[in-house]
Amino acid sequence: MSAAAASGAADGAPIIEARGAARTFRVSAGLFKGKHTLRAVDGVDLAIRPGEVVALVGESGCGKTTLARMLLGLLAPSSGDIRINGKPSGSLARREIARLVQPVFQDPYSSLNPRKSVGSIITLPFRAQRDPEPATWRKRVEEMMERVGLARRLYDNYPSQLSGGQRQRVAIARALINQPRLVICDEPTSALDVSVQSQILNLLEDLRRSMGLTYLLISHNLAVVEHMATRVAVMYLGRIVEEAETDALFRAPRHPYTRALLQSVLTPEPGRGVPDTGLGAAYPDPLAVPPGCRFHPRCAQAVAHCRTHAPTPIASGAGFVECHLYDASLQREMPK
Amino acid sequence: MPGVAMSGRVLTVEDLRVTLPVPAGTLHAVQGVSFHVDRGETLCIVGESGCGKTLTALAVMDLLPSRARRTAARLELEGQSLAGAGERAIADIRGNRMAMIFQEPMTSLNPAYTIGNQLEEALLRHRRVGRKQARERALYLLDRVGIPSAARRLNQYPHQLSGGLRQRVMIAMALMCGPALILADEPTTALDVTIQAQILHLLAELQREFAMGLVLITHDLGIVARIATRVAVMYAGQVVETGTAQAIFSAPAHPYTRGLLACIPVPGKTRRGDRLGTIPGMVPSLIGEMRGCRFAGRCPYVAGACRESEVPLETGLETGGEQDHLVRCIRHAEIAGLAAPSEAVVS
Repeated sequence: MSAAAASGAADGAPIIEARGAARTFRVSAGLFKGKHTLRAVDGVDLAIRPGEVVALVGESGCGKTTLARMLLGLLAPSSGDIRINGKPSGSLARREIARLVQPVFQDPYSSLNPRKSVGSIITLPFRAQRDPEPATWRKRVEEMMERVGLARRLYDNYPSQLSGGQRQRVAIARALINQPRLVICDEPTSALDVSVQSQILNLLEDLRRSMGLTYLLISHNLAVVEHMATRVAVMYLGRIVEEAETDALFRAPRHPYTRALLQSVLTPEPGRGVPDTGLGAAYPDPLAVPPGCRFHPRCAQAVAHCRTHAPTPIASGAGFVECHLYDASLQREMPK
Repeated sequence: MPGVAMSGRVLTVEDLRVTLPVPAGTLHAVQGVSFHVDRGETLCIVGESGCGKTLTALAVMDLLPSRARRTAARLELEGQSLAGAGERAIADIRGNRMAMIFQEPMTSLNPAYTIGNQLEEALLRHRRVGRKQARERALYLLDRVGIPSAARRLNQYPHQLSGGLRQRVMIAMALMCGPALILADEPTTALDVTIQAQILHLLAELQREFAMGLVLITHDLGIVARIATRVAVMYAGQVVETGTAQAIFSAPAHPYTRGLLACIPVPGKTRRGDRLGTIPGMVPSLIGEMRGCRFAGRCPYVAGACRESEVPLETGLETGGEQDHLVRCIRHAEIAGLAAPSEAVVS
């Protein structure tokens, strides 16, 4: 294997790109309280190039899954746009997007139709894409099953007869059967036991190398992210607040939120105790995004300026950070 | 509040067994589990789904489903036997001298009562105090577990709180009567990593402050390493290895423990793209009679003798282990120097 494939080095035009993508929802604020606007994703730029494994991390409610659904073409952005292979995703048919971008979801218990057999679940994308050679479907499905570590004899079994790990292999086979370019893995191993998680992670890495895949990995498990990803985007209340190469991010996190996230990773090292992340008990609420920097209520380093002015992205190495601490022009003016 | 003893044995469990009738026969969910917890000590019970860790905790709390059958040679809270105690005696102890924190706070909080009502209830039930005193203690504890504007929260309902705050309320509720023992079953599994770290930090702090015994049940080895004084690793209804956190992580002796540790990526240790260890195969069925080592079917070091008779939990002293480091493996001394199972299995 080439060094580029091993490191997942990225080159070429982005397979998929979000430009200022935003999505709002109107949600009920409670009985008789009318409607509120929820800004799930609030102006996100993200480009994923061939061979990359880009990880999207952040707490629940930060907009990871909404962004993923926009990238999959399942949800139109309220503003900004999504480009797939350089073309606006709105101009592409649903079927064309599905040909290029495929999802693997968290819970293999709910993402597979319980009334369809393994074989028909994995065959469905052929039908959806109107594959011209139905005579070869069975053979190609069986080959894909073998590739993801499922015995061919399971072809006629139903999901209820499979273990969690086997179900996730079915979901992976279904995603890969039409050889997409990008696979969006949304918490692919969170519902699995530790010993099964490692099998699925190994499989995803093997498939990436052998099929030349590109991944967007959504995960709250930063140990998994560090193991799999080449680049990491940290999301907070609808915005990407820091983006960097994986090694750089883990070695020198810049955004205070990234630092708190990394501190929260409990590595199996006895004697080190549980760290105090200094985040306080405030909880991010996408219905009431704070003014100024959206992280300031939880930030130990926040100053008055942070409460009133929203930071803009500041280039940093191969990525960027969105925090006033790194704004050189402000550092001169702000009192310490 | 009763006087707080700062040391001494809080919980003794000996040969605990739980069986459940199922259509295919009898499911042996917990098969002779023994452990003990002292004041100021945290015992982590770690294992994968179906290993019996949750039923072990429910058995101690006497909260098993009614069709389950529990037996134990000893089951004692601060020297008082729980095994023969009647329902009323247990009801007097539960929520009072021992309390439990569950994984999903929303299922254990009553949506129809205010936070204040639910906190006060435990104290009013178990102590001769008035509502005013109960409210004072509730306020003190909500504040202590880090809930902002605690006074206002007392009049709120569970759905008005975030998941992290709800779990803090659960912890405050467990502490209301000043228990000697807290059992926490996956208390942070439903929470974000940032909130998880905060809640565990708080639990460890409170456990030291009130010198309680803490039994924490989890599948997460990172949590175990950071919070445990001692560890019990469970597999298929049995404790397969137990010892100090230091011993378990620096010198894991059971092939299953070694396998589990090889499965998890560790930032700074495992390199990107390297293969992670795996444990091939599946957990054996716990229905019907079993013989020999439960892990034999998945063990890279399995020998004929492993399947022949029950394997005792014995000290690993001869391999340089500590007195209280116990292993359920007849080959643990032989395999101590061999490569980790992952390296043995994965070419």
